[in-house]
Amino acid sequence: MTQDRTEMSEDDDDNSQSPPLDLRSAAIADHCSSSSSSTPNKSRNCMALNSQTFPDHVLENVLENVLQFLDSRCDRNAASLVCKSWWRVEALTRSEVFIGNCYALSPTRLTQRFKRVKSLLLKGKPRFADFNLMPPDWGANFAPWVSTMAKAYPWLEKVDLKRMFVTDDDLALLADSFPGFKELILVCCEGFGTSGIAIVANKCRKLKVLDLIESEVTDDGVDWISCFPEGVTSLESLAFDCVEAPINFEALEGLVGRSPFLKKLRLNRLVSLEELHRLLLGAPQLTSLGTGSFSHDNAPQSEQEPDYAAAFRACKSVVCLSGFRDLMPEYLPSILPVCSNLTSLNFSYANISPDMFKPIIHNCHRLQVFWALDSICDEGLQAVAATCKELRELRIFPFDPREESEGPVSELGLQAISEGCRNLESILYFCQRMTNAAVIAMSENCPELTVFRLCIMGRHRPDHVTGKPMDEGFGAIVKNCKKLTRLAISGLLTDQAFRYMGEHGKLIRTLSVAFAGDSDMALRHVLEGCPRLQKLEIRDSPFGDVALRCGMHRYYNMRFVWMSACPLSKGCCKDVARAMPNLVVEVIGSDDDDDNRDYVETLYMYRSLDGPRNDVPKFVTIL
Amino acid sequence: MEKVGVYDDELVNLKATELRLGLPGTEEKVSCGKSNKRALPNDTEKDIESTGKTETETASPPKAQIVGWPPVRSYRKNNIQTKKNESEGQGNYVKVSMDGAPYLRKIDLTMYKQYPELMKSLENMFKFSVGEYFEREGYKGSDFVPTYEDKDGDWMLVGDVPWEMFVSSCKRLRIMKGSEAKGLGCGV
Repeated sequence: MTQDRTEMSEDDDDNSQSPPLDLRSAAIADHCSSSSSSTPNKSRNCMALNSQTFPDHVLENVLENVLQFLDSRCDRNAASLVCKSWWRVEALTRSEVFIGNCYALSPTRLTQRFKRVKSLLLKGKPRFADFNLMPPDWGANFAPWVSTMAKAYPWLEKVDLKRMFVTDDDLALLADSFPGFKELILVCCEGFGTSGIAIVANKCRKLKVLDLIESEVTDDGVDWISCFPEGVTSLESLAFDCVEAPINFEALEGLVGRSPFLKKLRLNRLVSLEELHRLLLGAPQLTSLGTGSFSHDNAPQSEQEPDYAAAFRACKSVVCLSGFRDLMPEYLPSILPVCSNLTSLNFSYANISPDMFKPIIHNCHRLQVFWALDSICDEGLQAVAATCKELRELRIFPFDPREESEGPVSELGLQAISEGCRNLESILYFCQRMTNAAVIAMSENCPELTVFRLCIMGRHRPDHVTGKPMDEGFGAIVKNCKKLTRLAISGLLTDQAFRYMGEHGKLIRTLSVAFAGDSDMALRHVLEGCPRLQKLEIRDSPFGDVALRCGMHRYYNMRFVWMSACPLSKGCCKDVARAMPNLVVEVIGSDDDDDNRDYVETLYMYRSLDGPRNDVPKFVTIL
Repeated sequence: MEKVGVYDDELVNLKATELRLGLPGTEEKVSCGKSNKRALPNDTEKDIESTGKTETETASPPKAQIVGWPPVRSYRKNNIQTKKNESEGQGNYVKVSMDGAPYLRKIDLTMYKQYPELMKSLENMFKFSVGEYFEREGYKGSDFVPTYEDKDGDWMLVGDVPWEMFVSSCKRLRIMKGSEAKGLGCGV
């Protein structure tokens, strides 16, 4: 069965391990477009056989037939660097393009290089923007992309955006320009409303996937569900759990009834339990279900109470369950019939106590992905550890996301998980108390870990048993988890922790640092180590100019660096910008920071093939 | 309110959690040893069901929250807090239904000061007009009559009781249409 990777994993691009060599291939591009000769550039490491034995066009046809099977983008990037011929053919055969930073290149460059794109994956704002660390209207507009592609790729079928600003007009243009459009996925996006969605629903007659995930969608009062055309649809996936607007239930029921290919349905908070029941009866073929509110609208009349468990029992194919936005706990046992089939369960919006939780999880032997609130407590985590031996991904979110909250989960839960779930690959864990011992245990018990994100919510908290910094725990993680590609650290941390990371974090691509370290040395260790580092996000840590300069040899090989509330000076940032012309160095401030002219509130820098962007808001300065 | 501690990056090693005091409902940005001002983004587009600041109002002494920490997305924070608000009785969220309309809305009665404001909002929400309220004859000039269910389960005409009593006793609103509404309150 397919995993819902767009929702359930933020590391969807971590599969490709190679550092993208955009600048080098851009150099080839520039050379190719200016050169009139057809012989290979002798300064490149080219195989000379092509012009000696076979005519160019025959070989290129052969290449085209071979390269079309290449899916992985790092393989394609490598192939495109072999020689001019390969570059050209690769560009013609790449049908899916991934752009990790929308400002790394202009839309025109995309359409000039790749001529037959059917699918675009585009990411915009840096992740720390999610936490209000950036003023709104910073950018990442979809508009220039959709308008350029409208002319260049009329055959476009799929658009997958993350953290982009998308307007209703953009959606209208999309719906108008691409008659064969099949998949729209918007993750953590904003700027549009139900009227834009209505246009897509109405005009994209071949639509298979409409997934709105954790996006801000304005309620324009439009009944968008009714805008899907009459007749049988091609819909396979419809996710609108983030749309905070009431929906026309009769229209939804009708839509589901005429969508025989529908496998994934994620309802929003405004769909009640009774309505869910009716939908389930009409769509037993679903594999992935977002259950909506899971509560009653009105006081239930007991004689007429629907048999919810029977409805779930009929859904033999459901393997992925989420929703439970306003959970009425007495109805939770209705899901028991599907528990033993579940591979993915998301309880992260439901305040479930250990007593409610344990009877449910006890049946979930096949669970691989589990998200929940810390309300299940250490006790609940122990139950997970006892049952879910196939667990690969765990995310525990705080019910009370404040620094001074109680924190019902601790090192006990982490230890239990490490002992019970040996196949764990990815963990995100919010807590208030932690020990080095538990983190070390996890590093030893879970060798498959690729993602380790621990958030001890109180800042600078040491090991609460020994009182020592958390250096040894994180050190063990980077030493023992040889496959680690993503790390987020927290708690009281000295430069020593960073020494460990720099030395042992050989595969780390993404590193998140907050309120950690003692001095510039810490950041130096990381910049001079961690050979695969691509994305570095730092806040509120004592790293200054000296540290920043230590990374100049590698900023071109990274996707971005974010540093906010660090003691950086504008002068140093200017020096970096001057020394690295293909690096865009943005200083983001609030409107009134004239008094502290030299102080850099937020530094966001990234490589770019097309220079600084032309849509800079007034609170951003590009050095 | 006094500031108890000043965040200083040189004391990072010795820091336990520090106490900070601030006005209830304020959020303060703390940085490494430099003062700066941050313009907080407006959360006004968020629906009225999430206020996001009730904890700082009820805790004592109120502790200023660091912007963006812990790193939980505001969508997630707002959804969890919606439940907390409702259970703590902050505001009075009631469902509003209108006969003939296929879906419900939800509003917070404490966001309104008096009946006219509420009626205007309902009219906008459901695109109808309510006519004029007369103390003895109820609503005239429209087929639509706003009614509510009170704590005792009785269905009453909106406007009959003083506003404060209405806000505290209203459990749900229903905009009735036509003949059904005639038997209520002071109607004909």
